[in-house]
Amino acid sequence: MTTIAPAPSRDTSPDAPATEQQRLARTRAVVVVLAVLVAAACTAYLLYDVRGSWSYAMDLRTRQLAALLITGAAVGASSLVFQTVAGSRILTPSVMGFDALYMLIQTVIVYTLGSAAFLALTPGQHFLIDALLLTVFGWLLFTWLFRRSSRNLLMLVLVGVVLGSFFASLTSLSSRLLSPDDFLTLQDVMFASFSTADPELLWTAGAVTVLGIAALVPLGRRLDVVALGHDPAVTLGVSFHRTVRITLAVTTLLVAAATALVGPMLFLGLVVANLARQLVPTHRHAVLLPVSILVGVLTCVAGQLVVVHVFDLTTTLSVVVNLVGGLYFLRLLMRTVLL
Amino acid sequence: MITIDRVTHRYGSTTVLDDVSLELPAGRVTSVIGPNGAGKSTLFSVVSRLLRPSAGRVTVDGLDVTSARDTEVARRLAVLRQDNQVAARLTVLDLVRFGRFPHSGGRLTPECHAKVEEALAWLKLDPLRDRYLDQLSGGQRQRAFIAMVLAQDTDYLLLDEPLNNLDMKHSAAMMSLVRRAVDELGKTAVVVMHDINFASAYSDHIVAMRDGAVVAAGTPAQIMRREVLQDVFDMDIHVQDLNGMRLGIFWTPGAPVPPPSAVDLRDLLAGAAEDLPQRPAQEGEPHTPTQTQTPSPDTVTVGDAR
Ligand SMILES: Nc1ncnc2c1ncn2[C@@H]1O[C@H](COP(=O)(O)OP(=O)(O)OP(=O)(O)O)[C@@H](O)[C@H]1O
Ligand SMILES: [Mg+2]
Repeated sequence: MTTIAPAPSRDTSPDAPATEQQRLARTRAVVVVLAVLVAAACTAYLLYDVRGSWSYAMDLRTRQLAALLITGAAVGASSLVFQTVAGSRILTPSVMGFDALYMLIQTVIVYTLGSAAFLALTPGQHFLIDALLLTVFGWLLFTWLFRRSSRNLLMLVLVGVVLGSFFASLTSLSSRLLSPDDFLTLQDVMFASFSTADPELLWTAGAVTVLGIAALVPLGRRLDVVALGHDPAVTLGVSFHRTVRITLAVTTLLVAAATALVGPMLFLGLVVANLARQLVPTHRHAVLLPVSILVGVLTCVAGQLVVVHVFDLTTTLSVVVNLVGGLYFLRLLMRTVLL
Repeated sequence: MITIDRVTHRYGSTTVLDDVSLELPAGRVTSVIGPNGAGKSTLFSVVSRLLRPSAGRVTVDGLDVTSARDTEVARRLAVLRQDNQVAARLTVLDLVRFGRFPHSGGRLTPECHAKVEEALAWLKLDPLRDRYLDQLSGGQRQRAFIAMVLAQDTDYLLLDEPLNNLDMKHSAAMMSLVRRAVDELGKTAVVVMHDINFASAYSDHIVAMRDGAVVAAGTPAQIMRREVLQDVFDMDIHVQDLNGMRLGIFWTPGAPVPPPSAVDLRDLLAGAAEDLPQRPAQEGEPHTPTQTQTPSPDTVTVGDAR
């Protein structure tokens, strides 16, 4: 009988897999670098190239920055956990038709109220109506989607695309029924805008975002298990469907707040959440969630800096993000669905 | 003890489990055997709460699994599923640590770390601990999943085809491990397997299923009999006694065990396709086609590659 050589105790070759310590160190480094970059971007946003009245500039810029921070954090956090419960990296609330739903709601509001009444709404009222409708319909949409297709990826993507274009065609149908004035009003709210954030709204949206993220934190460990999929999660004693339902509810609230505040940012969440997952070599939401929030904030603030100071506001952040994000989405789709 | 009480499960109009009642005794290794589609995995899914049966009840030590709290069941019962896939990208260590979730809720205690190390050592996974699951061979991945189940450290182990992908050496090591867990640590193991000889050699108890029903249950000596196996697998299996161990020998159905290379495939083909080159006669050949009896399709072997 041949003797069997004892297995080598640990791989020490140069291309050996990273040990846990090495991965932890890398995670820490990424978090520190991100935090520094976020701080730098925020400072630059406030202080770079101030002209004219200092106090006016500060006031405006602080509000804009707050809107960027809220959007980045809300979209970063919600997209990350949405991916986890959807079991796929190409699914985010926006991809699943949330933005299209927003457009539809706007159109219906303008259509039923008329642009005069629409414009007469205070920002606070407007925000409240949007956020409420988005939360209710968004939640209905997501729970229905998840029940229907039981996490079949291709199915979900298809349904998302179909719903998206369904909402879009409803939108364009009803916008055709609008008067030219109403139509212009509508055009205005269809693109994300950070320029004129109302302080009252910022406080409301900010509070919702903070509460939403705070609600996600204790779910983190359960989400780690949910990420394994339904069967492993259940055998490990996690109530899968309950966790998914709670997460979807919080997610809806977060995206609704951000979207009602600044408008639709179609591919922002997709880019941010995937970037976060690539940056840190871990599956733990205790790390992924803050990293995704940091990446979201950094993308928004740095992106807006570039839009303002490089492009001189000839374009908007949502256009840039959608261009980059759209290409990225295509690439992801090619890799995960088609291959 | 796991008690399965009149469990029936239907998918649409097809009945996959048909009024199954079983008692799986504690402190024993029970093997579940049966052909593909017999309902073995479905039964496991019902016991592990992945599936709510159309009718019937399952209790584990008196605890009703459908109504019990999720973590309570997960602390008593660990499950290895037949097809192990996880959506997330994990290292072996990450995966094995998940086994501690029912106990720690994700906050690992020193005891958790000890159990994880123990499970890694049992399955000889220490050199692979930092590898991602998608960088492992099929058998190594299977061992990582088994390690996760063992790290869960439950009284009951349900293993659906743990020997999938394992080579002979690891299969034997795996079953010895199960035996030791039962004999030394007092655990209860229920193992689905397709190799009836492993079932015979390593279990106290064998349950044979077919078409969603239990057709036989008993000790290996009671189950490892030609009539019983014929009934379960619809196949003539000779059972031999080797030092008190009953081993089934299964070659082609209905034929006396043929010697290797009884029939050359090409001679059979030659009948259908005349233009095939005739095989030149070779020296020292044990059987030439003319010497064998009329070749019946049942006795074709293709082991004669040269
Ligand atoms: N989701 C499903 N929908 C419909 N039928 C199903 C479903 N899952 C399993 N079945 C059917 O139930 C029967 C039992 O399946 P099960 O997986 O329990 O078999 P098994 O005994 O584990 O077989 P194997 O040895 O191949 O693993 C099979 O006929 C299968 O086709
Ligand atoms: Mg099976």
